[in-house]
Amino acid sequence: MSSAVRFENVSRHFGSVRAVDGVTLDIAPGEFFAMLGPSGSGKTTCLRLIAGFEQPDEGDILIFGDSVAGVPPYRRAVNTVFQDYALFPHMTVGGNVAYGLMIKGVGLAERETKAREALAMVKLSGYEDRRPSQLSGGQRQRVALARALVNNPKVLLLDEPLGALDLKLREQMQEELKALQQDLGITFVFVTHDQGEALSMANRVAIFNDGRIIQAGTPLEVYERPNSRFVADFVGSSNVLPPDFAARHGGVARWTSLRPERIKVSDATASVADDHGSTEGVVHAINYQGSVTRIGIEAGAVRISAAVPAGSSSTKIGDKVRLIWPKSAMTAMESEA
Amino acid sequence: MSAPAATLDVPPPPGRPLADIFFSRPELLTLLLLLPPLLWIGVVYVGSLFALLLQSFYSLDDFSGLVVHEFTLATYTELLEEANVQIILRTVTMAAMVTLACSIIAFPIAYYAARYAKGWTKALFYLAVMMPLWSSYLVKVYAWKLILAKEGIITWFAGVTHLSWVVDGLLAMPVIGGPSLSFSYIGTFLVFVYIWLPFMILPIQAALERVPANLIEAATDLGADPRQTFRTVIFPLALPGIIAGSIFTFSLTLGDYIVPQIVGNSRLMIGQAVYTLQGTAGDIPLAAAFTVVPMVIMAGYLWMAKRMGAFDVL
Repeated sequence: MSSAVRFENVSRHFGSVRAVDGVTLDIAPGEFFAMLGPSGSGKTTCLRLIAGFEQPDEGDILIFGDSVAGVPPYRRAVNTVFQDYALFPHMTVGGNVAYGLMIKGVGLAERETKAREALAMVKLSGYEDRRPSQLSGGQRQRVALARALVNNPKVLLLDEPLGALDLKLREQMQEELKALQQDLGITFVFVTHDQGEALSMANRVAIFNDGRIIQAGTPLEVYERPNSRFVADFVGSSNVLPPDFAARHGGVARWTSLRPERIKVSDATASVADDHGSTEGVVHAINYQGSVTRIGIEAGAVRISAAVPAGSSSTKIGDKVRLIWPKSAMTAMESEA
Repeated sequence: MSAPAATLDVPPPPGRPLADIFFSRPELLTLLLLLPPLLWIGVVYVGSLFALLLQSFYSLDDFSGLVVHEFTLATYTELLEEANVQIILRTVTMAAMVTLACSIIAFPIAYYAARYAKGWTKALFYLAVMMPLWSSYLVKVYAWKLILAKEGIITWFAGVTHLSWVVDGLLAMPVIGGPSLSFSYIGTFLVFVYIWLPFMILPIQAALERVPANLIEAATDLGADPRQTFRTVIFPLALPGIIAGSIFTFSLTLGDYIVPQIVGNSRLMIGQAVYTLQGTAGDIPLAAAFTVVPMVIMAGYLWMAKRMGAFDVL
């Protein structure tokens, strides 16, 4: 079975800027795929390449096995949910949702029925006659989603669709989007700079930087086994230990990632089991964050951050402590970058 | 940092209390700012308009040539006489044609300026559109008279390019033709289109500039080809601008009396009729009734535009 979306060594340049630089990628049918990266990393350009708003300078893109080189957006079986929704202000909600069907020449009765169904799917039944300007941000988001899904696309592209929503609403929409994707079985390609969003929603994540994919894998893989310092830092936060330090403290002589939540903060006198690594250090920062407390420790020249459940530690700045972690939590990385 | 000058025990410098009053009561400042323009609009502008309306309900005593200050609809009955209706129809048709031509010519220019012009090309656009407005209206109209005259550059150019038959053909057409371009409706039309074009370009450009690029992308993404995108998204969103521009071109043409006087045949337009009636004839009531016509037409036009949803986006 061919991939839903396949990038074959795709590059896109804007002047001297390599926005997308030799990306090769396979997205399986029915997958919820997240493109994660900082702004300017090329993830949005990749999305626009799939939609057809950009054409690759090099390489080829295939959608369900067919090359889409030179195919304009209006002849691609993909639809986009835009970052700021891009709802048509001169049409009602119903008109917006039915737009794609109207363009295809679907009859009035049928497109009204389908628009109603699509709005019901995003829990906006009865909003057909409102104007986009009368809706809240979350509701507009749902309309944009319905407007794309009503066309039954082979691939749905989502460009930071939750970026403008407040935290509570965003969490709710994350769950709904995920449920919707599982119900419909449509391939979702989701662009975000929010690692939490990518990890919680996607089947697979590609992490972008400087126009390249640094690592692609399941959320568990990229979180537990980051292949580079960039991924370790960007996906969650991590302690990146230099090779010599890692070798002396239970790892191998490579750049090593150690997640803060895997580190236990104990008394300086605590004993250490064989399968654990440890180091002594002095507490130099305590940062209360609600559910966890982050403790910054200086262990010689290396600064390590540990995350402990709130209220579980009574350490103070200046205390001498022993950090203990399972050796299995140390991930040796392929590259320093 | 200087010493804490804003503490309460420091006496306010002279002149401050007024600023303090305005700061705490912003509506006072708004009122003060609005008072002069409100007086102007209310008394001078609307007041004189009302006086004009009033005049149209008086009548002229044919015998003495004096205005009879009694309410009557006699003047409006006179307005509906065949010759006067002809003047109104002629003017409205001209205004409609000029508006249509202006919108067709203006749209691509405005579209280019709104979507593609950046930096110096944009500056050049504004310069090109505005510059004709900087020179005298009369000079421009007389220049056009020369251009369109029988001995003018158009006739000459048609001669050297062996296209005289095109000009002759146009002039031979009934109604719009005439002895020369400068003595025909074609000439009047051309000059009107030239003179009012900026008033159509600028509002359309402003409307198009407010259409976010991602709406066009959204339409394209949902399957609309460029033609469909134009018809379903760009044009409807530009419509308020077109309406605004057409209000200018339509009403300016309806009221103008100089262009048809200088370029055109001797048949009167509303503006010329008003000019003659209030001047030599001294028939102020009928002149006033004539000026009511464009107002009624514009009101009807706007009402229709609103009914058709032209302002829904605003």
